[in-house]
Amino acid sequence: MCRLCALTSSEPLSPMKAIEALDVMREGHDGSGVGLFLSDLGGPWEELEGAPILSGIFTNDGLKRLDRFMMEIGFMTKYKLTIKTPKTAPPGVPKRDVYLIRAYELPEEWDSLPQQEIQNRLTGVRLQLRQMGQEKEDMIVFSFWPDCIMIKEIGDPMTVAEYLRLDRKELQARIILAQGRQNTNYAINLYACHPFFIQGIATMTNGENTAFVPIREFLTSRGFPGYVGYQSDSEVFTHILHYMRHFLGLDLEYYKHVITPLQDEVLETHPNGAFLKHIKRSCRRLIIDGPNCVIGCLPDKRLFMVQDRKKLRPGVVGGKPGLYAFSSEMCGLDALIPDRDKSKDVQPMHLDTAIVGPDRREVRLCSQMDTSAPVH
Amino acid sequence: MLSDGYISPSSLSLRDLPWRVHWSLEKCTLCGRCTTVCPVHAIELGVFRKRVVETAFGITQEPSNVYKVFYGIRQKTDPAYACIGCGMCSMVCPNDAILAYRSEEADKLRFHINRGGQPRRRGGRRNVPGGILDRIKFIRISMLTDPALDAGRHEFELRTLLGRVLPPEENLRLLKENGWIPPVREIYPLIIGGMSFGALSPTMWEGLQMGVAYLNEELGMPVRMCTGEGGCPPRLLRSRFLKYVILQIASGYFGWDEIIHAIPEMKEDPCAIEIKYGQGAKPGDGGLLMWYKVNKLIAAIRGVPPGVSLPSPPTHQTKYSIEEAVAKMIQSMSMAWGFRVPVYPKISGTSTALAVLNNLTRNPYAAGLAIDGEDGGTGAAYNVSMDHMGHPIASNIRDSYLTLVKLGKQNEIPLFAGGGIGKNGNLAANAAALIMLGASGVQCGKYIMQATAGCLGSESDRCNVCNIGVCPKGITSQDPRLYRRLDPEKVAERLVDVFLAFDTELKKIVAPLGRSTSLPIGMSDALGIDDAAAAERLHIAYVV
Repeated sequence: MCRLCALTSSEPLSPMKAIEALDVMREGHDGSGVGLFLSDLGGPWEELEGAPILSGIFTNDGLKRLDRFMMEIGFMTKYKLTIKTPKTAPPGVPKRDVYLIRAYELPEEWDSLPQQEIQNRLTGVRLQLRQMGQEKEDMIVFSFWPDCIMIKEIGDPMTVAEYLRLDRKELQARIILAQGRQNTNYAINLYACHPFFIQGIATMTNGENTAFVPIREFLTSRGFPGYVGYQSDSEVFTHILHYMRHFLGLDLEYYKHVITPLQDEVLETHPNGAFLKHIKRSCRRLIIDGPNCVIGCLPDKRLFMVQDRKKLRPGVVGGKPGLYAFSSEMCGLDALIPDRDKSKDVQPMHLDTAIVGPDRREVRLCSQMDTSAPVH
Repeated sequence: MLSDGYISPSSLSLRDLPWRVHWSLEKCTLCGRCTTVCPVHAIELGVFRKRVVETAFGITQEPSNVYKVFYGIRQKTDPAYACIGCGMCSMVCPNDAILAYRSEEADKLRFHINRGGQPRRRGGRRNVPGGILDRIKFIRISMLTDPALDAGRHEFELRTLLGRVLPPEENLRLLKENGWIPPVREIYPLIIGGMSFGALSPTMWEGLQMGVAYLNEELGMPVRMCTGEGGCPPRLLRSRFLKYVILQIASGYFGWDEIIHAIPEMKEDPCAIEIKYGQGAKPGDGGLLMWYKVNKLIAAIRGVPPGVSLPSPPTHQTKYSIEEAVAKMIQSMSMAWGFRVPVYPKISGTSTALAVLNNLTRNPYAAGLAIDGEDGGTGAAYNVSMDHMGHPIASNIRDSYLTLVKLGKQNEIPLFAGGGIGKNGNLAANAAALIMLGASGVQCGKYIMQATAGCLGSESDRCNVCNIGVCPKGITSQDPRLYRRLDPEKVAERLVDVFLAFDTELKKIVAPLGRSTSLPIGMSDALGIDDAAAAERLHIAYVV
């Protein structure tokens, strides 16, 4: 079972904070990999408003190809952080040429485009790079989006973090999602590594989605180019959230109604029953199954945690105003915020969505039994 | 006959018959129950002559013999009276003196049951044991990473949707605009397939309806039953129980005059309307209710004169093209109930199923597609249709589902699979396999008849006389002397048993796969088969 932790803080923090929490929870991951998602960035990234940031791993040749490609389509480098590593990698960590985090200036001709179109084009560029990289095995691209950085690598989280020197001061963020992998795939593929990302939405999961195949079939048949990959069954959690927000205009409080709808008998007496029944029926193909704890981040910097219908996985949220953390294990939360009021910790149950907003004042619990605001 | 006597080409001996009746002289009490009960008069009272040699003691008297007469059971060898193996004789025998045995070699009867140029007609099934469904295994067992669920303790949502499900965007848009959203029923995924009032006896029908009502109202299981083509009893049409019924309309339109006239008086809408274009057991052939079974009651419900055979044409008379027939009929039926009732076609399994399906995807009123495979059963059909016509259900359903996936419309047009589900007794396993291949639910008839009323049919040509109204169990007979044998209350009880057991078995299948929140439609990663060609054809894993 993987280990998850997420932080949302008023002050920018180093990702090492999250790595330390993963290290505390190390009993639960086998050191087969680590994934980081950083948003609401601090330091030099803060001034790059709107500039998309490309995160990935490149070979020297891949980097040259990247430069040629980006130049051709009119992207100019605005700021970059290139992580060069020592000559020898620690045991269990593969040797790479370059870990790249680079912010770009948008091409001039994009200036007049509507926001939606820019977003879709950014996704298109990421997918194109990903495909180029897969052809020659010289690039792995995780995200290409404003105010988002992703780092993923195989190996023990702490070892990887020290090797990449993630404690550097240029790397700070107010939102950090981190996952320590317990590998359940035979071959370790970085594209199977959480968190998953699409258009500003990132989620990571601790579990196994047994309804993966039919959900994948549904998403891939939507005709949206970003719904690809699926090296991991958990990637669909990110895409479902994206689908319901972008295509259905439904906000986070409907996420649970889509992935784990209430039973019909309950809907009969639910104040929103009629509407929820429509969601349940038409989104039936997106219903998840199996034990899953999902932690995610939305473009508006809300962090959330939801559980599967039976609440088969652990998960706790706690903190103090200005700093909240989500963790798959209590010990992880203790490591992150030892001085919080533990009596206010929340373990979201099978109907709950725990949300911490960008104001970081409180943990808001919304239940599927609540009367949600009308959608339209 | 005498050894030098006359034989006709169709003179058969006991050895040539498929079923032979063994009878024991020592045990028989000559009560006559067996000859009375035999539905085809295959046995009769036999008077046998026997020579007994009597040797006296001593040498003065010559040995002599006497001819004696004894009585017993004689099996007829005339093809018209050949034993059907139903075994009712042994059921009624007080001393277990009689039993019908299957002949060990292929019978010669098959060459002679076409007297008068009339090919063999019968009820029943294809009579081919085995099948691909039983060979499909569920291989994705949840271990460690996702602990298996507890079939007895956890909550399971095992329902399915019947009706056109709109794409989420479309559904929410129409909801906002107050537009028409097609009706959708949330039902139990095992539907009692279309068996008509007429094909089934009144007691059998009543029993099934009572069982369905109990399952719905007392146990909260939304089980639905299809009427088949034969109308619906007027009282049921006007009762609240109609909502548990799927009304079928087929090419003979039998019973529809009554149904249409009852619409203004209906308290509830029916669950759905099934338009039958084909039947798996006799694909491309119409329905048939032979005259034996058309008594006054049946005639009244169907709106026909009694005592005549009722063949439905192979095709709907309105059929000019698929667009015409399907679109017009679906629309008229939808309109009859104010677009509140799902209307879907049922076709027999065929290599052209995808053409039908593609057409339906463009018809916004089409509420689903039921496909009935070659292993479906029937109350009456030509033997050749049953044995040789049709398409197996597994690949038909799989192809249809994958086509829908390609179109992005999987589960929007729910597919219902029929034909051979549970034919070897593995109802839940077969149903689950089809659901994971892509069916939204399954339709089942034969298993229900066997399990709820003790139908004697097997996959070895046993009984199979549903067509001529002599069903020894009273399941498919319209003769009160026969159908009184069947207690409708007991049928209802058995139906409830069947569904409860099915429900538990289905949970025992999906729980170890880690599924409980929704019916695992299209979960093909859970399936495997030990046949590489079948695995490739069905796009599932090959496991040995």
